[in-house]
Amino acid sequence: MSNYKVDATLDITDVLCPVTFARTLLKLEDMMVGEILEVFLNDGEPLQKVPKSITDEGHRVILIEKVGDKNRMLVERGE
Amino acid sequence: MLSGLNFTDDQVVRYSRHIILPEVGPKGQKKINNGRVLIIGGGGLGSPVAYYLTAAGVGTIGIIDDDVVDLSNLQRQILYLTNDVGKPKAVSAREKLTALNPGCQVVAYQERLKASNILQIIKDYDVVVDGTDNFGTRFLANDACVITKKPFFHGAVLRFIGQALTILPGEGPCYRCVFQTPPPPSKVQTCAQAGVLGVIPGIIGLIQATEVLKYFLGIGDLLVGELLTYNALTMEFIKTEIRKNPNCPACGVNPANYELSDYEQPVCDLNTR
Ligand SMILES: [Zn+2]
Repeated sequence: MSNYKVDATLDITDVLCPVTFARTLLKLEDMMVGEILEVFLNDGEPLQKVPKSITDEGHRVILIEKVGDKNRMLVERGE
Repeated sequence: MLSGLNFTDDQVVRYSRHIILPEVGPKGQKKINNGRVLIIGGGGLGSPVAYYLTAAGVGTIGIIDDDVVDLSNLQRQILYLTNDVGKPKAVSAREKLTALNPGCQVVAYQERLKASNILQIIKDYDVVVDGTDNFGTRFLANDACVITKKPFFHGAVLRFIGQALTILPGEGPCYRCVFQTPPPPSKVQTCAQAGVLGVIPGIIGLIQATEVLKYFLGIGDLLVGELLTYNALTMEFIKTEIRKNPNCPACGVNPANYELSDYEQPVCDLNTR
């Protein structure tokens, strides 16, 4: 796993769309601009849609990597 | 898990399709959750307004109706089931709405809205929705909302047509600016003339509910100064610009000493249901 200073972690592998995106948004809402959120998400719809939706909301996806059978995404909280 | 905006896990799921809308988002959903709406009348208009605003998560819904459920109501008043016939509407409505969303506080008033009680009741609400079945109560509610500067979401239906108007006291015309005074009882439709296709209050009620949500969210354009009329036969929506009447007794330049009053109405005034 890539090394970044992570400010908060969220696991959305136990929920389905659109709760995946809703929980990610809510978590980011709680954070300060520039802080980094680590999100674990499943393959398929979450991986296809959540990073794009988060980007559309003005946050920056720093990286997405495979970790076991999940994916790890790092997002920087936008304005 | 609670986020900074204090949503429970269940709320995140329940309202997820609002939360993911950029125009709503977590903050907008919170505004809806903090909203307090009084619905005057639990009839054809009040039913869809109450159902959808409760589903949307409006924090407090007040519903005032002194009537009992009649079999003839069920054709359009979707809050009630066949086995509710004979029960007080306010109580029956509260059961349905609480079952739909236990997070919503539903206050049922089993009484008639009058000049003597209206100010006491509406003080606990942010906005008022017109679901009344008679002109007298509608004018009374309009005037009380103008006095207390509360948004008033008007709706009315008859036969195949309906209308809606959003009144923001101080910003646009009020109901009385447009319609002046209640018609004399002799001019009011008789029961036989006052049929209504059951879906019409559904359509108009949902327009009122949409306006309430937009008001809470602060998005879009409200029907302020624009009377929307809908004709189901031609499937046309028409907006007519209306103006503030400077001589309006409720919101005009000289509203001084204006007092709320009750109006005599025939019992069978079905104009809005
Ligand atoms: Zn007026």
